[in-house]
Amino acid sequence: MQGIMESIQTLCSGDHGNEGFMQDDEDEEEENGVGRLTSWAELLGFGLAVFSEAIAPQLQCFCDRTLGFAVGQGGSREAWIKAVAMAMSLVRKAVKKGWVGALAPAARVMSQALSTASEPITLDIPVPFKAHKVETPSVTVETSAQELTNFFKTMFIMRRMEIAADSLYKSKFIRGFCHLYDGQEAVCVGMEAALNDKDCIITAYRDHCTHLGRGGSVLEVFAELMGRKDGCSLGKGGSMHMYNKKGGFYGGNGIVGAQTPLGAGLAFAQKYLKVEGVTLAMYGDGAANQGQLFEAMNISALWNLPVIYVCENNHYGMGTAEWRSAKSPEYYKRGDYIPGLKVDGMDCLAVKQAVKYAKEYALQNGPMVLEMDTYRYHGHSMSDPGSTYRTRDEISGVRQERDPIERIRKLLLSNNIATVAELKTMEKEAKKEVEDALSKAKESPSPDSDELFTHVYRKGYGAKAYGADRKEVVVKLP
Amino acid sequence: MPRLLRHELLMFEALREGLGEEMERDPNVCVIGEDVGDYGGSYKVTKGFSEKFGSWRVLDTPIAENSFTGMAIGAAMTGLRPVVEGMNMGFLLLAYNQIANNCGMLHYTSGGQFTIPVVIRGPGGVGRQLGAEHSQRLESYFQSVPGLQMVACSTPYNAKGLMKAAIRCENPVILYEHVLLYNLKEKIPDEEYTCCLEEAEMVRPGTDITILTYSRMRYHVTQAAKTLVDRGYDPEIIDIRSLKPFDMYTIGESVKKTHRVLIVEECMRTGGIGASLRSAIMESFWDELDGPIGCLSSQDVPTPYSGPLEELTVVQPHQIVTAVENLCGKK
Repeated sequence: MQGIMESIQTLCSGDHGNEGFMQDDEDEEEENGVGRLTSWAELLGFGLAVFSEAIAPQLQCFCDRTLGFAVGQGGSREAWIKAVAMAMSLVRKAVKKGWVGALAPAARVMSQALSTASEPITLDIPVPFKAHKVETPSVTVETSAQELTNFFKTMFIMRRMEIAADSLYKSKFIRGFCHLYDGQEAVCVGMEAALNDKDCIITAYRDHCTHLGRGGSVLEVFAELMGRKDGCSLGKGGSMHMYNKKGGFYGGNGIVGAQTPLGAGLAFAQKYLKVEGVTLAMYGDGAANQGQLFEAMNISALWNLPVIYVCENNHYGMGTAEWRSAKSPEYYKRGDYIPGLKVDGMDCLAVKQAVKYAKEYALQNGPMVLEMDTYRYHGHSMSDPGSTYRTRDEISGVRQERDPIERIRKLLLSNNIATVAELKTMEKEAKKEVEDALSKAKESPSPDSDELFTHVYRKGYGAKAYGADRKEVVVKLP
Repeated sequence: MPRLLRHELLMFEALREGLGEEMERDPNVCVIGEDVGDYGGSYKVTKGFSEKFGSWRVLDTPIAENSFTGMAIGAAMTGLRPVVEGMNMGFLLLAYNQIANNCGMLHYTSGGQFTIPVVIRGPGGVGRQLGAEHSQRLESYFQSVPGLQMVACSTPYNAKGLMKAAIRCENPVILYEHVLLYNLKEKIPDEEYTCCLEEAEMVRPGTDITILTYSRMRYHVTQAAKTLVDRGYDPEIIDIRSLKPFDMYTIGESVKKTHRVLIVEECMRTGGIGASLRSAIMESFWDELDGPIGCLSSQDVPTPYSGPLEELTVVQPHQIVTAVENLCGKK
């Protein structure tokens, strides 16, 4: 209540563009012959009068809808101001005219407010697709304010998570190998927008954000990176082995390219069990030269398996640039008889469009290759500075011109979906979410010693192995 | 085991029966391998399956072991139960990465989320002059992969039982068959049965010495046993069957009885099953042993093509007789 009253105060004191809003209200009021609010005191007095017991239940309904609207718009201060002011004006009308008469238009206005969030917005993808043995999808993509806001929020959380992982690695909370995904977020976020829970994703070791996209939590990722009990693989997998069975995420694989036959197998199972879903077998430009990838492509094309091979081309296979490792760096054409598309991987909407298109194709006709033209800001892993084989100018150039989060930010601002201040609030919330998850993950304990022997075999061999006496012997670790 | 109603068949037919029964019982079981479908399998284990179950359950793959083993593992992650056939076990070396890194380890690295109920089977071992690359014994290569179970069948009875048990098992199982044993004949029960994957089989009870063996060497041992019995020895012969994990209970009971052990295997001397078994027995039963554990293995050479030379690479019955005489003392 306090916050609402503050917002109303600000509204009436002339800040935050309330002039425009009052203008609209004035037009409506002119029609209905209702007077204009002139001061905070008047509004307060009015509000108090309105909040009388006689119409309290109906007002509860208005308040709930107001709350719903404000939350739907991101819960920011500006949204609240708009919502409350709208509600107040409607209530005023209700009281003046008899509330029953105003109930209908009030509900209409409210539902209109709520639906603007999911109203379709049509945008054009700036960088055209390149196609191999297939038609390109349309460059006009349908999205909505809600979807774009979600893109922004999710990518921002992913970015903060990866940067936090960077500092965790440097302070030795994370050991071993840590491959960061920042710069490539648009690929997994765009993909998720075109998929559902019947689809499977399998990827290589740069999997923290993919895990998040498939329904994992930031806490699970951090805990797994630090080898704690609350990790998604109970601390036993690590950075390269994150899995989420419920979300249809099959890992998380350490050996380059080995996940592509696994992906073909997932698609085989989907076809065998008659599940209307596709598998996205993701790999990088480095893995694109693996023999098993071509073997898997051959079998999946022969048997028409619903698999989409997604090559995340960040142009460097660790320290080797693509022109030094591939005779033909046009990875979307490397499927030969399998059609392919080259997609701007830094554009969420382009990725969404391509994956949607590929999914429809794969369900009917078999495999397809998607090459996502993307870039990673960090080195290959935390042990690689990332600047010995490419210039810092190149990295900062891509960051300035093609950063996926900035692109969505510009879209949100230019389409009036969010203001600068609202975006700042979203960013602050995302940072807080990541920090909370991090502190919670730091408190999570290491796995118990018995966990060394669990999950080796399904039957529970190991810690409770049968000794020579056929009695259950519990192995005591030194 | 009631011995009332039985039928006679050859080993490959027993394997076929076991596999066919499991495929009928569970629609998620499928066979994937080279020439398993229309050709009927290079050793006729899957003959007739493609007509019976359809080409989607008996999959003829291109010659791409790495990827079709990977595919089987990926399919197993979703709940299917594929049976991968390596036309010759040696070809599965091309799928080593998939078997070692994905098959054995996914259950662990995913924190228990995924199980891989895949069966990998095929003929291995030294045949009749097949040459070095087609006479591989892969037991030694895969034995240290954590998460795998390994079994070796040696008779039509245990072939069918182990095949069925392996398919029903939730862990990845490698079933080692032997090229030369496919035409063994035996009467097996009509009723349904499975064998325990982790149990060893008592072939001949005895008191003087425990002879541990598996797969084809079982027959060399039983042949040597005839000579030994004539000479007054009483060997206890155990077919260990389960190569990973070892059935230390059955082996232990036997060692406590006889106090002498001889391992006869077809694996290479260096790093073979015998080497692991020897150290496992020594560790657990040192106090029971009256002498060193003998181990007869194949020579550390690529299997030559020439017939007499090939015979020298594997253990022959007369060598087993000599070894027993040395361990037990002359009678």
